[in-house]
Amino acid sequence: MNLFKKTALSVGVLTVSAMMAGPAAAEVGACLITKTDINPFFVKMKEGATAKADELGISLSTYAGKVDGDHETQVQAIETCIASGAKGILLTASDTKAIVPVVQQARDAGLLVIALDTPLEPIDSADATFATDNFKAGELIGQWAAAQLGDDAANAKIAMLDLAASQPSVGVLRDQGFLQGFGIDLVDPNRWGDETDPRIVGNEVTAGNEEGGRTAMESLLQQDPDINVVYTINEPAAAGAYEALKAFGKESDVLIVSVDGGCPGVQNVAEGVIGATSQQYPLLMASMGVEAIKAWADTGKKPEPSPGLAFFNTGVSLVTDKPADGVESIDTKEGMDRCWG
Amino acid sequence: MTNTTPSSPDSPEASIVSQDADAVAEFEEPKKTVLQKIQHFLHGNPAMVPVIILVISVFAFRLIAGERFFTAFNLSLIMQQVTIIGFLACAQTLIILTAGIDLSIAAIMVLASVVAGKLAVILGVPSVIALPAGFLVGTLCGLLNGYIVTRLRLPPFIVTLGTWNIFFALVIWYSGSQSIRSQDIDKIAPVLKFFGERVNIGGAVFTYGSFLMVFVFLFIWFVLNNTAWGRHVYAVGDDKEAAELSGINTDRLLLSVYGVAGLIAGIAAWVSIGRVGSVSPQSFYDANLDSITAVVIGGTSLFGGRGSILGALFGALIVGVFSSGLKIAGVDVIWQRFAIGCLIILAVGIDQWLRRVSA
Repeated sequence: MNLFKKTALSVGVLTVSAMMAGPAAAEVGACLITKTDINPFFVKMKEGATAKADELGISLSTYAGKVDGDHETQVQAIETCIASGAKGILLTASDTKAIVPVVQQARDAGLLVIALDTPLEPIDSADATFATDNFKAGELIGQWAAAQLGDDAANAKIAMLDLAASQPSVGVLRDQGFLQGFGIDLVDPNRWGDETDPRIVGNEVTAGNEEGGRTAMESLLQQDPDINVVYTINEPAAAGAYEALKAFGKESDVLIVSVDGGCPGVQNVAEGVIGATSQQYPLLMASMGVEAIKAWADTGKKPEPSPGLAFFNTGVSLVTDKPADGVESIDTKEGMDRCWG
Repeated sequence: MTNTTPSSPDSPEASIVSQDADAVAEFEEPKKTVLQKIQHFLHGNPAMVPVIILVISVFAFRLIAGERFFTAFNLSLIMQQVTIIGFLACAQTLIILTAGIDLSIAAIMVLASVVAGKLAVILGVPSVIALPAGFLVGTLCGLLNGYIVTRLRLPPFIVTLGTWNIFFALVIWYSGSQSIRSQDIDKIAPVLKFFGERVNIGGAVFTYGSFLMVFVFLFIWFVLNNTAWGRHVYAVGDDKEAAELSGINTDRLLLSVYGVAGLIAGIAAWVSIGRVGSVSPQSFYDANLDSITAVVIGGTSLFGGRGSILGALFGALIVGVFSSGLKIAGVDVIWQRFAIGCLIILAVGIDQWLRRVSA
């Protein structure tokens, strides 16, 4: 018991001293808060931010939740940033609604808050949002799949492998974008799973990893073995779905589409595991975010959103080796050059 | 707790005792309601509870989800899907029988798979070395848990809560949080996916991994019931001080139990590469809780010393049947989760009801 108390105490002391190691007062400080530091996407984001911060002489502190959905750690990180006197925060929020009050505290304290990758709800809760247009990312793979099938698109059997039951906005946008691109009525565009189009076999959640993708695909194949189009939330889920299809002997009759553009994912496109993927650019998001904080500290100028959008679009490209008419795409060679992770 | 009396039918030796009890009870039978009779029968045969729930749920889902559920193929697919949780539940049962709990068991497995995968595929180490390296990592992680539990005398919950985070951090560090692609494994070290190979038996498709899981369960079941070590596991979980007084070196026993659990997780790591297809550092994040769910539904007491290892296998299968049945019936994912929650409480509720039987 005594030992336990001592351990608890020393952990406490460590935490306090870690929190005090903020940026020195003289230089411009910035914070990067990501959902996790597990996902290669956020690892790449951190790399981009760190490189740009070094270049501009900004002192960057980085924080991350323990898992996707770890809201509490992000709140603490923002509070720490405010206390450290940083000029700005780059944030990929786990809980896009619940984080708003503490983001407001930061803005009231004079910090520039930029949402990266994941818009807050409402989107103007942050000073600016630098993100992939996830709806557009979904739309591109939807259009590509429909074009590949041609007239057969009218009889497609579609499996939807989504992220999580809580329907985080990135998952909803990609899913609904895909359906829009494929030509399916969305019913409520803020929710997946409410569509009535008989071409959708079902929605399952994957947690965005291989194991989840495989189990979800097996379940949907059990509901309808004639599935011929598979939408996946990201490339690890797509790799898992492919394993399930292979086990059912169906890997050659099915189009798998995905979103992300990580290097293993693009490699899978090159080898025909995934038909097409929408590539996003986390490194660019982060480096632009750091530049914006620098500009805010120097001139007090806030970044402007892209014309016609509520956020600054950092771009998305369709990566495939089987280009379809009317859908702009890059090949896997270019995709490999620009991939992350 | 009811299971401290020497004649308690809860202890593993109880089957003989309880048969005698049944014979005595026959006198009173006319006075008992049907429900009481069922309660009495199950009280004498607690391992039957998960089997009965499993059979009932299979037939219930045949009605709810239809014939697509009740095919040899789908039932064997459920077996494939629960293989990894089954392995972890087997390891978890050993620890729970000693009145401990292991929150780190899934992280140990993922760490072992990442080590074996990175050695074999990225660093080009032959699989005959890479795979045992994975087993070794699993065993060492388990021994570390056991060492802290026995030497520093910290509660297993706290110890493994800590090592869960530590092992998970090591996974992310060592793998760079990158999956190793299925196609690369096929090219360089296909033996890593050996347990994902399938055999078709009259329409039912099993993986070698499912066979290995059943074999490991039967082996551990045999060891628990027929060796001194196995008896000591139950004794330590039932009453650690009494076990110590009767001459069992409880620290050494606990250390060995955590080590064996780690080894099982290390073997599960190999099987998981076959199941998932790739080496995936992000998979199985909350499989530790799924393994505890399987153990609890299988009727093993979280207070230790009571329960059958085979219960955990049936517990895992029950969860598998529920999630497959609900999915095929097209139930929304939110309500699938809701149903599993109800199932846990129901299973433990039945267990408690059985223990209140007036013998």
